[in-house]
Amino acid sequence: MLKINNLHAKIADGREILKGIDLAVAAGEVHAIMGPNGSGKSTLAGILAGRPGYEVTAGSVSYEGRDLLARSPDERAREGVFLAFQYPVEIPGVNNMYFLRAALNAVRRHRGESELDAGQFLKAVRAKLKELEIGDDLLQRGVNVGFSGGEKKRNEIFQMAMLEPKLALLDETDSGLDIDALRLVANGINKLRSPSRAMVLITHYQRLLDYVEPDRIHVLSQGKIVMSGDKSLAAELEKHGYAMLGDAA
Amino acid sequence: MTSPDDRAESDGIETVRAFANEGYKYGFVTDIESDSAPPGLNEETVRFISAKKQEPQWLLKWRLEAFRHWQTMESPEWAKLQIAPIDYQAASYYSAPKQGPKSLDEVDPELLKTYEKLGIPLSERAALAGVAVDAVFDSVSVATTFKAKLAELGIIFCSFGEAVREHPDLVKKYLGTVVPQGDNFFAALNSAVFSDGSFAYVPPGVRCPMELSTYFRINAAKSGQFERTLLICDKGSYVSYLEGCTAPQRDENQLHAAVVELIALEDGEIKYSTVQNWYPGDAEGRGGIYNFVTKRGACRGARAKISWTQVETGSAITWKYPSCLLEGDDSVGAFYSVAITNNRQQADTGTKMIHLGRNTSSTIISKGISAGRGQNTYRGLVRVQPKAQNARNYTQCDSLLIGDRCGAHTVPYIEVRNPSARVEHEATTSKISDDQMFYCQQRGLSKEDALSLIVNGFCREVLKELPMEFAVEAQKLLAVSLEGSVG
Repeated sequence: MLKINNLHAKIADGREILKGIDLAVAAGEVHAIMGPNGSGKSTLAGILAGRPGYEVTAGSVSYEGRDLLARSPDERAREGVFLAFQYPVEIPGVNNMYFLRAALNAVRRHRGESELDAGQFLKAVRAKLKELEIGDDLLQRGVNVGFSGGEKKRNEIFQMAMLEPKLALLDETDSGLDIDALRLVANGINKLRSPSRAMVLITHYQRLLDYVEPDRIHVLSQGKIVMSGDKSLAAELEKHGYAMLGDAA
Repeated sequence: MTSPDDRAESDGIETVRAFANEGYKYGFVTDIESDSAPPGLNEETVRFISAKKQEPQWLLKWRLEAFRHWQTMESPEWAKLQIAPIDYQAASYYSAPKQGPKSLDEVDPELLKTYEKLGIPLSERAALAGVAVDAVFDSVSVATTFKAKLAELGIIFCSFGEAVREHPDLVKKYLGTVVPQGDNFFAALNSAVFSDGSFAYVPPGVRCPMELSTYFRINAAKSGQFERTLLICDKGSYVSYLEGCTAPQRDENQLHAAVVELIALEDGEIKYSTVQNWYPGDAEGRGGIYNFVTKRGACRGARAKISWTQVETGSAITWKYPSCLLEGDDSVGAFYSVAITNNRQQADTGTKMIHLGRNTSSTIISKGISAGRGQNTYRGLVRVQPKAQNARNYTQCDSLLIGDRCGAHTVPYIEVRNPSARVEHEATTSKISDDQMFYCQQRGLSKEDALSLIVNGFCREVLKELPMEFAVEAQKLLAVSLEGSVG
């Protein structure tokens, strides 16, 4: 589903952040990308979703066999790429439900499906909340306005569930969560695992992986993937810390 | 030396003077053949207009007082507006309706595109574009039914001219009592040469069952550049009044100076909503309307309420401060405003809340949005007079910037002369962040939809004050007004 070849990218001040990333994620797989702070994890997620401020200097990314980088952020989203933000953005005065319906209908239109009216949408929302076992307390508030860290992350997972992406990128979705919120978020992710969906979890800590079992783990350091392995790699990292990367880092 | 042209013109004025004097002698003039006043503004022009409109002598006298006062005044310079000097002698102050385009084919395609985006029904587009068609759409029957229903309740709603003829006592009693003739330069000009406008009176205890709207008079004579509105809510009555429409309106006259006076008696309530979308000029600001408006309401009895809600998106220049005089005890004033300036537009707008009675309260919510090279100023006065025991005011001014070439300015004046007053002022300035745009786009919304969503969220507190249908139109209008403002 996702193929990244020799991806190099720099930020506005000219610093090269990604120095040749190669990664392939197939439908149905969950990959975790771990690594120390500043290794380029969030940059990678940002570039895949089309966040402005990065320049790709070499390499390519294909999504479902087509060039991903040539498309605008909203086109990518409508094609099924979803990014759960590390820092979800507040949009004052915009009702969370209204926002989500606008987003969902934009995606549905693109897929050639009919738009949902308010009643149909509410029904879909109720069903999804039940499935994910989360409350409806966030629905009538402004988008992320005054949400706690845990509420923001829960809202991201809920949006993901409603939009049913093919490729979900979760950027540090576990950071800043207490154990209950972490369980809730992990539960949501597990429920959304599906043979037709690829997921990339970006995380600094191993603890999310106690709840979500990835198919592959990659370690990113200084803009390169320096190590890849199965889930046992996480335990090893936990034991030795990123220092074990040694020369490879 | 006098050129032949000058002579011709002065002859013209002589002719007018002759007519006007004749009219003055009899109070009424029944027929004047000439349809336009020659360019220029003097007493004769004022007499000509009054005669042309067959006005009673008291009104002519009133206009002349205003004109004499205007002559002693200077155009105000205090607003944060850059305005090329206006030659008041170059304009013609009375003319028969101009011949517009003959069909929609002759209308600027850009304008037609905008109508389409706003979802204006086909049947109304021609009227809005000023196409000269006899019956542009079938509003006559609607208006008739509407009028009959109002008449049953004793509500008067008609053109200003008709009110002068049919209800002179009411007009005489209230005209100029809120905005005196010499109130300011533009109000004085309007008082001297006002063309037409609307009049409404709601009798005691009557709740007007529908939104009164200038829309219902769209087929009536065009009100012209010097519109005058007078609205009276008698004791315990209620009315909601809508002015303007979301469709961009074109006008041959660049200078507009309207006056609106509202009077709410004891327990009366007036909600006045405006959507102003006059032609803003091209991207460089050429040819846009100059809009100098004086709007003021008086809460002239205990517990009276007046609220102004405005969505200002058009005009090259907007100079406008809808205000409330809170005279009655426990009276309430409110001002909710969204003002957008894009390209080269300039807006200096706000309100005045004058607390005179005890326990009076006022609320001001102002949302200014600047894009392109637009300049947007909030200017507001909250004044608490010595007798206004326990006055309350809450003011919130938020500015939103789009891009880095526009400007937002907030100029609050607070004058408190009673120690029991409580006055709050909050102001914020924010930019639409790249993060907000990206977040929306990442959820599948196009750039345009993302911008529209964020801006509508920013304006929500004001838009919710608008009558429902108007609010939906206004939301679309905000999006259209800001088109192309994000790269």
